[in-house]
Amino acid sequence: MFEKLKPLSVRATLAACVMAAGVGGVNAGETKVGLLLPYVGVYAALGNEIDAGFTLALEESGMAGDFVIVREDTEVKPPVGLAKARKLVLEDEVDVIVGIVSSGVLGAVRDFVDGAQVPLIVANAGNNDATGSRCSKYVARVSFSNAQINRPMGQWLYDSGVRTAYTMASDYAAGHQTMAAFSEAFIAAGGEIVGAEFTPFGKTKDFGPYLSKASAAKPDAIYVFYAGGEAISFVKQYASLGIKGDIPLYGSGFLTSPLYVAAEGPAAEGVVTGAHYAPTLDIPENNAFKAAFIAKTGKAPSEFAVQGYDAGRVLVEAVKSGASGREAIATAMSKVAYTGPRGALSIDPATNNVVQNIYVYETVAGDNGLTQKLIGQIDNVADAVNGCQF
Amino acid sequence: MTDTMAFWIVQGLHGLQFSMLLFLLSVGLTVIFGLLHFVNLAHGALYALGAFVSFSAVKLTGSYWAGFLLAPVAVAIAGMLLYLGLIKRMRNAGPMNQVLITFGLIFVFLDIFRIFWGDIALGVEEPALFSGPIEFWGIKYSAYRLFVIGLGIFVLGVLHLILSRTQIGAMIRAGVDNEHMAACLGINVEKVFFIVFCVGCALAGLAGAVAAPILSVYPGMGTEILIPALIVVVIGGLGSLKGAMAGSLLVGFIQTFGAVIAPQIASVLVYVLLAGVLIFRPAGLFPARS
Repeated sequence: MFEKLKPLSVRATLAACVMAAGVGGVNAGETKVGLLLPYVGVYAALGNEIDAGFTLALEESGMAGDFVIVREDTEVKPPVGLAKARKLVLEDEVDVIVGIVSSGVLGAVRDFVDGAQVPLIVANAGNNDATGSRCSKYVARVSFSNAQINRPMGQWLYDSGVRTAYTMASDYAAGHQTMAAFSEAFIAAGGEIVGAEFTPFGKTKDFGPYLSKASAAKPDAIYVFYAGGEAISFVKQYASLGIKGDIPLYGSGFLTSPLYVAAEGPAAEGVVTGAHYAPTLDIPENNAFKAAFIAKTGKAPSEFAVQGYDAGRVLVEAVKSGASGREAIATAMSKVAYTGPRGALSIDPATNNVVQNIYVYETVAGDNGLTQKLIGQIDNVADAVNGCQF
Repeated sequence: MTDTMAFWIVQGLHGLQFSMLLFLLSVGLTVIFGLLHFVNLAHGALYALGAFVSFSAVKLTGSYWAGFLLAPVAVAIAGMLLYLGLIKRMRNAGPMNQVLITFGLIFVFLDIFRIFWGDIALGVEEPALFSGPIEFWGIKYSAYRLFVIGLGIFVLGVLHLILSRTQIGAMIRAGVDNEHMAACLGINVEKVFFIVFCVGCALAGLAGAVAAPILSVYPGMGTEILIPALIVVVIGGLGSLKGAMAGSLLVGFIQTFGAVIAPQIASVLVYVLLAGVLIFRPAGLFPARS
């Protein structure tokens, strides 16, 4: 289990040594960063993507020498995540923590960083409450909230002619928040939800029974939230059962994430999803980012790599503005705004959640396998305050 | 045909398809249980190995059938090495030691899969011959899933013929019934065990290759299917072909129709059935030994 960790941390140490030597030893103004990510378990691939994006942002800023990175593995377990966060704060005395993939881990760590007054830049976990009722001055999120991605999709689906929808999602917090946001917006726009299903999370292998039920309800569209292995199984079974020919499939971007869409194959063609990033977004910032990421890792970036990159970028911008030390970084990070790979991006001072564009794309066949064709864009999507008080 | 009827027929086919997958997996498990009295918790990992081998074979050759043929062979070889290296030594070590060592093997396999195939879930395309849906009597259903149902029935038929009509079948039945008596009659019980173990592993590999185009391929897939497979074995009765089939059908249909009719309690239903069988028929529905 350490094989995965070792090369990373060895490389990181070496890089840190080289960088430190480059700027003439440790300087007083340097910022110590705790990178808290899963490097083993089901989310290891996500952790590695975020890590690569984050280090790219530091290197690109030319300030890599100003940062010391300490990596810790959450193992996607809330108690482990909390213990590692404590270790980073108390033993390593980091100025800022970056990372966290799972909302469960975020929930466990939130009170501790809030109490210890250590800034935390969240690079994935999308639970609405983290920047809503349970928000903190010390927790800023650069990734997305579950509601943020799916609320605009409700209106968009209605506007593109869909009147009745059937929703399906994994039966856990992310699935419920996703569907609540989508359904509310879709109904408000004038649409009708003709059926909803929550499938047991991590236990459902065959979506056939649920899919046939959805198909029998004869909706205009099926809207779903599935990610990772479940997304692959779902999309393939949807096509194989012939429902693809009758009812179009929509969902949040994780359904056809560039990280694993290749495994879905031709079944994914024509699926339309909404996401906070699409690799084919043709703006100079994204083209530069893609080139740099491919040069660094040899593969194209996914939304997770971008989240890691933006977590690094927000930190760099905060430090550039003169912030040093925990309190100053926490104050500075909620004022950051710039145009990055996913377009204009800022941190909402009211909630500390990111304000960003949501892109609607169709997965289509390209020259080298599947690619994303942008068909819609909703600008500057911000979440409501939802009871957040600092 | 009315829509309602078509709906229930399709759901019935879903149930049948899932049952056949469970059958391919549990038949090896149950016969190894019944014959060797050996609890092989790593059976699920061998199923995952079959899926991974099939993925690589398909990737290299571009043909689904390469994976379909290679996976059982590769997993049988893995099983052979396991048998000679570990299981033979553990034959008389008692159930607790056997459970512990095969439980440990699950984690060894998990990390092997991670190292060689990575953490991101993979996918295998359906063979061109059975790709997409086909329509009959106004019903639209996945051609590949029909192929899985057919394959399950075919394997059941072949195993039934071997067990009831051939000499090796008689030897296996004798071994399950009374190992010592069979040995006294001049049957090389060890050799029979070895063959049965390898065939059981090959079937697990076949199940993995067959499941790969329907489900996604990822390291944890073997651990997740292990529990339903063990439930099938316990419900059906240890060591019995008929039991494995009956158990698979019960579990497959209960899961499928549970998901359709009462999704809130669907995941509990199978355990209720398990508890019921353990209380009223502790030896399973069709025990090989009476």
